[in-house]
Amino acid sequence: MIFLENVHFAYDGLYTALRGVSLQIDEGELIAIVGSNGAGKTTLVKHLNGLLRPDLGRVILDGVDTKHNSVAELAREIGLVMQNPDHQLFLDSVEREVLFGLENLGYSKVEAKERCERTLNNLGLEGLSERSPFTLSGGERKRVALASVLATEPRVLSLDEPTIGQDARQKENLAKMLGELNKKGKAVIVVTHDIEFVIENFPRTVAMADGRIVADGPTNSVLSNNEVLERCSLTRPQLTEAARCLHNVFPEVPERLTLIDDLEAVVVKILGGG
Amino acid sequence: MPLIEFADFSFKYLGADSLALRKVDLNIEEGEYVVLTGPSGCGKTTLCRAINGLVPQFHRGYIAGNVIVDGKNTREHNVAELAPIAGLVFQQPENQLVTLNVEREIAFGPENLGVERKEIRRRVEELIDMLDLEHLREKHPHEMSGGEQQRVAMAATLALKPKVLVADEPTSNLDPQSAVTILDLIADLNRRDMTVVLVEHRLDLVSKDASRVVLMDKGSIVADGEPREVLSMDLCQEIGVGIPKATQIYKRLKQRGFNLDKVPLTGAELATLVQEVKQR
Ligand SMILES: Nc1ncnc2c1ncn2[C@@H]1O[C@H](COP(=O)(O)OP(=O)(O)OP(=O)(O)O)[C@@H](O)[C@H]1O
Ligand SMILES: Nc1ncnc2c1ncn2[C@@H]1O[C@H](COP(=O)(O)OP(=O)(O)OP(=O)(O)O)[C@@H](O)[C@H]1O
Ligand SMILES: [Mg+2]
Ligand SMILES: [Mg+2]
Repeated sequence: MIFLENVHFAYDGLYTALRGVSLQIDEGELIAIVGSNGAGKTTLVKHLNGLLRPDLGRVILDGVDTKHNSVAELAREIGLVMQNPDHQLFLDSVEREVLFGLENLGYSKVEAKERCERTLNNLGLEGLSERSPFTLSGGERKRVALASVLATEPRVLSLDEPTIGQDARQKENLAKMLGELNKKGKAVIVVTHDIEFVIENFPRTVAMADGRIVADGPTNSVLSNNEVLERCSLTRPQLTEAARCLHNVFPEVPERLTLIDDLEAVVVKILGGG
Repeated sequence: MPLIEFADFSFKYLGADSLALRKVDLNIEEGEYVVLTGPSGCGKTTLCRAINGLVPQFHRGYIAGNVIVDGKNTREHNVAELAPIAGLVFQQPENQLVTLNVEREIAFGPENLGVERKEIRRRVEELIDMLDLEHLREKHPHEMSGGEQQRVAMAATLALKPKVLVADEPTSNLDPQSAVTILDLIADLNRRDMTVVLVEHRLDLVSKDASRVVLMDKGSIVADGEPREVLSMDLCQEIGVGIPKATQIYKRLKQRGFNLDKVPLTGAELATLVQEVKQR
């Protein structure tokens, strides 16, 4: 559906941020992009909806080069939530912020209002609809930015660091919403440093370092490759670390990425229960 | 005398309907490492702002009770007077970066405090090295990635050599390696003499360094104690706070009748504790 073909980009023609990135995104995929600070992740997702244009290479949507499409046109297909919500929010109430995108896409007032309310509820923002986004807490502000894009249900969602400032419950709410949108066939691409969030929700992972894609494949294999971890400034999440330490003493514990239920089951077995 | 004292402190932002902080009583002694956590919107940032005087000096509103920092009542001393005592790293680092390049950004704070030039140079070079900023030295702080900005904001605050570092989710934009590096650095400075108040949702990263965890909900402190004690309370999950996965497994095992000798905070600790039980 979307194809980035050998994209190169430098800010002001001077600061190189992407050095030949190729990436294919298919309908309905769930993809996580991870990697070092300054690796070019934000720069990459800003190319999806035309906020940045490649110096070299192409961004192709449904077989057509998007270089002649405006950001407004692309935004109908590809919704982007920026890393810093302050760069995105500009209206004086939470509700207006969310309604703005919906009305732009031609939803009726009633339908827009209904979607707005539902999205705000799903993201734990009920009761804040009259507030100015600039008087909200950091995490609340990020969720308003998320709401304004998720409410429009575009074909492709790209979310830059969506879990910043979120507590565990809000993260679960978000994961649930992304799962539901994905079931409706939407593709979801997140940029994140939250490896647990990746392991729990994203089957495919793209790892970046220094303007390049270093690995792209099933999350399990990408995130258990020590060389990739090292190059992309990643660490093992706590559960994986626990599994590794247990494996050294109890060889029956598999030494790989683990979900909590699996690790619990293994430990119970070791302790002679279950 | 505690370094930071909240005495029955309440605060409501101008124009807000409800209190952001409700009757907070909190004493922090010199040398402590306090992790402050709680659901989004519970008042963590407001509490940080109250330590360095931004609340009520810059963010105005209704105020009751007092905050005393190093003997100074924050109602009576302005932000500049409190700056060398309490250094705040903002939740949104971009909002605190004010100069034209990284080097000057780090030098800016100590220059304003009248620190000697040679000493400023020394601090700048040391921090550029420790926070891996060499390649960004000449760069404009607003033309960088989110994680790069967060590292610069941390460097600029540490350059003040504050008595207490107040860091509001300082790892939120950092890649996992940088997060570890910076948290190790903070733990190290804490072992020397710096008091730390750190806001964090990712408790798996910080609870091993903390001497104390303060849990907030809806503007109030709802639990306060040793990390192992607070993080194993059911209250954490009830209010939506994410505890380390190792601690979660401990709790699940306990429900099934398996008791580990103590509450683990890291994966390695969990493995050791399981091994100990097995060997008995
Ligand atoms: N506006 C800008 N002007 C100049 N250089 C920039 C600008 N924005 C980013 N850069 C540089 O481009 C490179 C890639 O930045 P980008 O924001 O894409 O990184 P990232 O992978 O998203 O990092 P992070 O994890 O810290 O958010 C970095 O070296 C950064 O310094
Ligand atoms: N400038 C402001 N004006 C009015 N209300 C505010 C302002 N800033 C924050 N609030 C409100 O005060 C409460 C506490 O906000 P605060 O920023 O301290 O929360 P927080 O715990 O830091 O949340 P997060 O984890 O999302 O950053 C929230 O309900 C928020 O909406
Ligand atoms: Mg980024
Ligand atoms: Mg906050």
